[in-house]
Amino acid sequence: MSKQKHHEDDDGVLRPDSQVAPRRPLDLAEVRRKLQSHTGKQYWRTLEELAPDPEFEELLHREFPRQAPSEWEDGVDRRDFLRLMGASLALAGLSGCGRAPIKEAVPYVKQPDGLTLGKPLFFATAMPLGADAVGLLVESHEGRPTKIEGNPDHPSSLGATNAFAQASILDFYDPDRSQVVSNYGEIRAWSEFLDSAQASAAALKATQGAGLRILSGIVASPTLAAQIQALLTLYPQAKWHQWEPAVGDGMREGGKLAFGTYVNTIYRPEKADVILSLDSDFLGSGPGHIRYAREFSRPRTLNGSNDSLSRLYVIEPTPSITGASADHHLPARASDIELFARALAGKLGMGGSVSRPPAAEKWLDAVAKDLLKHKGGCLIVVGDHQPASVHVLVHAMNAALGNVGSTLYYTQPVEEHPVNHLDSLRGLCADMDAGKVDTLVMVGVNPVYTAPHDFDFASMLKKVRNSVQVSRHFDETAEYCTWHVAESHFLETWGDARAFDGTVSVIQPMIAPLYHTVSARQALGAFGDKPGVSDYEAVRDRLKAANPSADFEKSWRKTLNDGVLAGSAFAPMNAPIKINAANIPATNPAPNDEIEFIFRPDYSVYDGRFANNGWLQELPKPITKLTWDNAALVSPKTAEKLGVGHSVAWRGGEHGKINSNVVDIELSGSKVTAAAWILPGQADGTVVLPLGYGRKRAGYTGSNKGFSAYVVRSSNALWRAGASSASIRKTGDDYPLACTQYHFNMEGRQILATGTLEEYRKNPKFAHEHTELPPKELSLYKGEAEFPYAGDKWAMAIDLNHCNGCSACVVACQSENNIPVVGKEQVMRGREMHWIRVDRYYANSASATGGNATGDPSEYNPTLDNPETFFQPVPCQQCENAPCEQVCPVGATVHSAEGLNDMVYNRCIGTRYCSNNCPYKVRRFNFLRFQDWETPQLKLMRNPEVSVRSRGVMEKCTYCVQRITIGRIEAEKQNRPIRDGEIVTACEAACPTQAIVFGNANDPNSRVAKLRAQQRNYSLLGELNARPRTTYLAAVRNPNPDMEKA
Amino acid sequence: MLHRSHLYGVMGEFASPEELIHAVKRVREAGYRRVDAYAPFPVEGLSEALGLRHSLVPTLTLTGGLLGGVGGFLFQFWVAAVTYPMNIGGRPLNSWPAFIPVTFELAVLGAALFSVFGMLALNKLPQPHHPVFNVDRFSHATTDRFFLCIEARDPKFHLEEVARLLQSLHAHHVNEVEDD
Amino acid sequence: MSAGQPPLDSPDIRRLTPVLGPGHTFASVTDKISAIVLTRPISVGWFVGFGIAFSIVGMLTIALGWLIVKGVGIWGINIPIGWGFAIVNFVWWIGIGHAGTLISAILFLLNQKWRTSINRFAEAMTLFAVACAGIFPLIHTGRPWMAYFMFPYPSTMGIWPQFRSPLIWDVFAVSTYGTVSLLFWYVGLVPDLATLRDRAVQKPAKIIYGMLSMGWRGSARHWHRYQSTYLLLAGLATPLVLSVHTVVSFDFAIAIVPGWHTTIFPPYFVAGAIYSGFAMVLTIAIPLRKVYGLEDFITMRHLDNMAKVMLATGLIVAYGYFFEFFMARYSGNKFDMFLVDQRLHGPYAPFYYALILCNILTPQLLWFYKIRHNVTVLFIMSIVVNIGMWLERFVIVVISLTRDFVPSAWGRYSPTGWDWATFIGTIGLFVMLIFLFVRVLPAISIAEMRELVAETSEKDK
Repeated sequence: MSKQKHHEDDDGVLRPDSQVAPRRPLDLAEVRRKLQSHTGKQYWRTLEELAPDPEFEELLHREFPRQAPSEWEDGVDRRDFLRLMGASLALAGLSGCGRAPIKEAVPYVKQPDGLTLGKPLFFATAMPLGADAVGLLVESHEGRPTKIEGNPDHPSSLGATNAFAQASILDFYDPDRSQVVSNYGEIRAWSEFLDSAQASAAALKATQGAGLRILSGIVASPTLAAQIQALLTLYPQAKWHQWEPAVGDGMREGGKLAFGTYVNTIYRPEKADVILSLDSDFLGSGPGHIRYAREFSRPRTLNGSNDSLSRLYVIEPTPSITGASADHHLPARASDIELFARALAGKLGMGGSVSRPPAAEKWLDAVAKDLLKHKGGCLIVVGDHQPASVHVLVHAMNAALGNVGSTLYYTQPVEEHPVNHLDSLRGLCADMDAGKVDTLVMVGVNPVYTAPHDFDFASMLKKVRNSVQVSRHFDETAEYCTWHVAESHFLETWGDARAFDGTVSVIQPMIAPLYHTVSARQALGAFGDKPGVSDYEAVRDRLKAANPSADFEKSWRKTLNDGVLAGSAFAPMNAPIKINAANIPATNPAPNDEIEFIFRPDYSVYDGRFANNGWLQELPKPITKLTWDNAALVSPKTAEKLGVGHSVAWRGGEHGKINSNVVDIELSGSKVTAAAWILPGQADGTVVLPLGYGRKRAGYTGSNKGFSAYVVRSSNALWRAGASSASIRKTGDDYPLACTQYHFNMEGRQILATGTLEEYRKNPKFAHEHTELPPKELSLYKGEAEFPYAGDKWAMAIDLNHCNGCSACVVACQSENNIPVVGKEQVMRGREMHWIRVDRYYANSASATGGNATGDPSEYNPTLDNPETFFQPVPCQQCENAPCEQVCPVGATVHSAEGLNDMVYNRCIGTRYCSNNCPYKVRRFNFLRFQDWETPQLKLMRNPEVSVRSRGVMEKCTYCVQRITIGRIEAEKQNRPIRDGEIVTACEAACPTQAIVFGNANDPNSRVAKLRAQQRNYSLLGELNARPRTTYLAAVRNPNPDMEKA
Repeated sequence: MLHRSHLYGVMGEFASPEELIHAVKRVREAGYRRVDAYAPFPVEGLSEALGLRHSLVPTLTLTGGLLGGVGGFLFQFWVAAVTYPMNIGGRPLNSWPAFIPVTFELAVLGAALFSVFGMLALNKLPQPHHPVFNVDRFSHATTDRFFLCIEARDPKFHLEEVARLLQSLHAHHVNEVEDD
Repeated sequence: MSAGQPPLDSPDIRRLTPVLGPGHTFASVTDKISAIVLTRPISVGWFVGFGIAFSIVGMLTIALGWLIVKGVGIWGINIPIGWGFAIVNFVWWIGIGHAGTLISAILFLLNQKWRTSINRFAEAMTLFAVACAGIFPLIHTGRPWMAYFMFPYPSTMGIWPQFRSPLIWDVFAVSTYGTVSLLFWYVGLVPDLATLRDRAVQKPAKIIYGMLSMGWRGSARHWHRYQSTYLLLAGLATPLVLSVHTVVSFDFAIAIVPGWHTTIFPPYFVAGAIYSGFAMVLTIAIPLRKVYGLEDFITMRHLDNMAKVMLATGLIVAYGYFFEFFMARYSGNKFDMFLVDQRLHGPYAPFYYALILCNILTPQLLWFYKIRHNVTVLFIMSIVVNIGMWLERFVIVVISLTRDFVPSAWGRYSPTGWDWATFIGTIGLFVMLIFLFVRVLPAISIAEMRELVAETSEKDK
């Protein structure tokens, strides 16, 4: 078929032919003609594109690859080019005018017709990640996606999102994204790739595809899987390998061992009274974690003092989000987890060994007792990094405790093609080494960076004649590949994905591809016999085939509208345990290595795929509060042994720059140098090496940040590597780390009120013990009289019992309010711009006493080994007696009639007095010109409702005043009061646990009013009489009385 | 007798403040009123000897102070509570205690300005030229010499008599002061 | 002191050195002082000194230029420490600017004759210090070109300054203080300018001084009004000078930051201001009298008295420090208690101890007559006190901000090269102005010296 045809079909984008045409000036007449000639929505980027000009095409191509050999002298620098792009992209936006993207994607709230300019539309789509997809509603302004929200109808979102989903909008506009097809780094047209692919396809047919290998990550997209299967049927000899670096095989293999087949385990935390987590971060990462966090929060909700709480035990080597929400947290080496599991199994009367980790003695009995007490109402979860044997034990225990069917159930795997990824990759490498691989197609993977170092994937790749990589960035792997195909972002292409429970979502594009990119499915399709099929057709046809219904068109539209295919969730399957867990051979029988290195995905960059995302890089990691770097996390005691520590730098200090000792780490003959970070609550003798950093080819933002743990990660010690203490040595150098909160001690102040359920029942007002709001009568000024706030009185209540520190709110706020990324250097100076921060405190009796307040952990050693962790999100408190307003010389920050503490940017002269006088230090100042005003992609990304701040002005949380205004206008148009829940702030919307609630405090029935009425409700630093509108509900933990005694 | 129009007055020069004061007293006793004395520094008792009345300066200063102070406060009140009332940190619109410092400063400023410029105005300064400068030796008036000038405008003025009088007072020099 | 001054040959002459060397006449004082300006040739030393100061001012201009281009981010400030060197230096300079007017005004009202020979350059120093101080509030804003928002002008938006803010009080206090000091100084200068006019030889000098002196001719009627104005100005300047540093202290006392929010601030800021002011007067007077041989006019008596004033104000300051601690403990406010504790044990403790050493311990030496009469030691001590007072402002501004209410937000501050360049630059500006001043204007009030001559001669009679 003609290439031109193919292009139009594929995504409705009109692409110029790349065959060389005689050069001619831009012909506007032709442009007009072309525009008219197209009915329906056409997305075009540049005038030149419509009147193809090879010169421009050429320039376009040359620019893209960052590593492009400078063989061309007429150097067009990136800025110029992007400006050009930007102007044209803006045009694209205009021409977009809110109409749904091509092929009638259906907006979530209303049909696109009758759209008024300036009013955003919401489209349902989904973000795939591993064996899960988060359902999203994407806010689209005049055809430009600008903000991500969760899809309430989607099982793994329930309306909430996580930091990754929130930041995906920046991923999409990332100026460093790979933008064209390239061959050995030389720009090629898609058509050229297509030709070469078809050529090798022909050759492959002869050998039944013997030399063809496909390498992908976890595939949870039925359509993509179908495409691969199609290839495999076309080429019987071809093989499909998978490699997902940050997901453990233990989970899969454990299931297979236990049930004889791969299963997918789904938890129902809300049904569980007692939960035991064995090194599992089910609240903070992994499939379904957003939903799990919501479900977990339900039985943890307190409305009155006679409510009950569920109980969470966590035993893990290093503190996680889950560990931070635990009622009982026990640090134990990764290898001890298995001992513990076996011992517990013994306690639960399943026989087996009784050798147990010494640390866990008192734990074991209490936990076992508690579990047995709640048979059928308890739940044991285990991390996928744990070996198969532990998973088998846990399956067995859950079965024995009668939890299956109540607090968890099994379904068929979400992964389309579950395999043991390590073996799969090993097999591939063996074949490559043996020269059996002629053509290797890699989709969405970066093995050169992520493969175990002993596989030496890079040099294996050299033995492949024709290696093709399809990815969003020209990354480490692309360098070694014959072909690199720029992959489309999920926001600009059609696709589908399964959620953690099997529910199918259709991914619909919000905008035509920004660059010359294609979907992974299409790139693979190029090797098949029907390369012309567009993603739209593929997705639609598969859906049609999968559920043939009378009126498919109707269900199709409904699916697009809802974002989920109704009833597509997997049914629970009956999975009887096939073996006696007690007889499972121990994976690593009681190892007693001096030091145990464990590998974990990072909370900001996951396995490295988000490395070039500034929002995520600058997002303080929930537990460590580090930004822009990873560090080798060591426990306080181990740090003492190794003699490593930190020193607080003078510039920035506790709120910015910490100089950390550098350590050399040598594992399995490979060496890496890392900054060490002391992490309270980590198991002694454990060193955590977070994955995902040390990228060489991530892009401008992500390259050369931190160190790459993959360098020392070998195939025989993928998650846990025991070694002698000689394997980690202090080098004597220091490395500056950007940490936004080094001081974790409350200094005995009533900052974050915490108590136990017992205390709460005894004294529901315990949160008011230490601090009391001065009665209004005491005020010299009769403020209330003058400013009654009779109408809407906006307020926010944050339930500290629910906040688990996931920090989705921070990124959501950054996205909603056009908050700039300032970079490591500025963060180290204490100048990050986040409007909402999540403070992390370690609460325990001992740490509450003075100390010399440098926050140096060494001072708190005795209490550091296992502290209680609490999180406190701190946005602007919107004080009624705002200290900041009184001191502003120019009235740039004043109070609104609804009690908002307004910031008037163009009146602000930047004395910073308000910030000095803010007891909560929530104000942020543009010390320099932090906003990027050049990069056009970022201009497209910004929220048009929020002004972009310039240098020299103060800014801060506004309670998302733009959303309040929109809500008010709507209500006034319909001549009715604003409904509760109608106005939702960005942070509230993103919060998986609904810890943040915003509303009208004057409406007694509003959720916020009810929360404020609770006795747990208290004002931060209430004694200052600033009268904050943001209030907190004290955190209440539910420790096991037996264990208290023990 | 004929009256020389181009004559400003007659000036006598003295070596010490005491001589000057003595001379002034005598001249006034002799009934001359259009008299002025010139000294390199404020000489104690000279004003009294010349019978100068209380100056207007203090009154002016008071006026300036009152204008500055009252005006200053009213202005702040008008700004904060009348023309553009805003809710500033829940403080009342007229939070008068906060307005006091500025009120005070403005009072002082008003008083100072009125005082200085009032004084200059009353002294008719700046005045680059004055007849007395025509006397060559008058340049010593700003160093160590003291002068007494009986002006021609004085009704009793008579050139010879005045000159004689001054000589009788041991003036070191007696000059006619040319008018122009 | 002036009343009943004993004859020069009395036995306790050791205690009371006269305020004016013996044997001076109207002419001699006039000659000696005006000669510095009119006849004395410009020395190499002057050129060298001026050159150095001038080049430092060049550095200042560069620092300010870069600041405008890049923004205040070039400094060490951050969140939570929103105020750093800029405000520290502002308060320090304003404090120094207090001695001049104080000497001229208060000592004038108290009829302290010994003020006569030092008030002129003390006032000049005041003006220059205020000029240096005035730079900082302007440039420390994020958008200096918008700083005019702080003045009450009728804007098209109908919006006005926010008069509840101590910063606005600052604007009015400092500008009023600057204006009144200038008037006071100029009024005092007029008769001397007339003298220079009449004694100048070169035409241009004659013309310039002639214009500046506004045709002053020493008429008794003029002197009559002149004196009452001068007296009134003194009367006005006295409360003014006390109010200025009170208002500056409000910048901190009105805020709620622990370590700022305390009622002791106004009095002890004023005392501190006088303290540093007199220190600076000494720092200038001692070299000045040496270089221009003015020992007869600026006698040991002056140095002795200034040393005493320093000792007294220094003790008040010490009292202030003590009460900061006492009140923090007494109030039982956990934030205040923690903060004062931080001063002793926190990361910035060394600065605090250095401050105690400079401001409290060293000055105690001034109890001793021998010290007060040892010019070199006095000079060194005056410098030490200047450093100490700068440290005091650093401790108040910075340390308080590093440890406020919410521990998670605690941070630290350290100045950048640009901070230093700006600070040292203003010192250069100050010195340069002093150099110019002593060359073009009489450093000592001639007219008042003549009065002094007159009085002393009377007494000798």
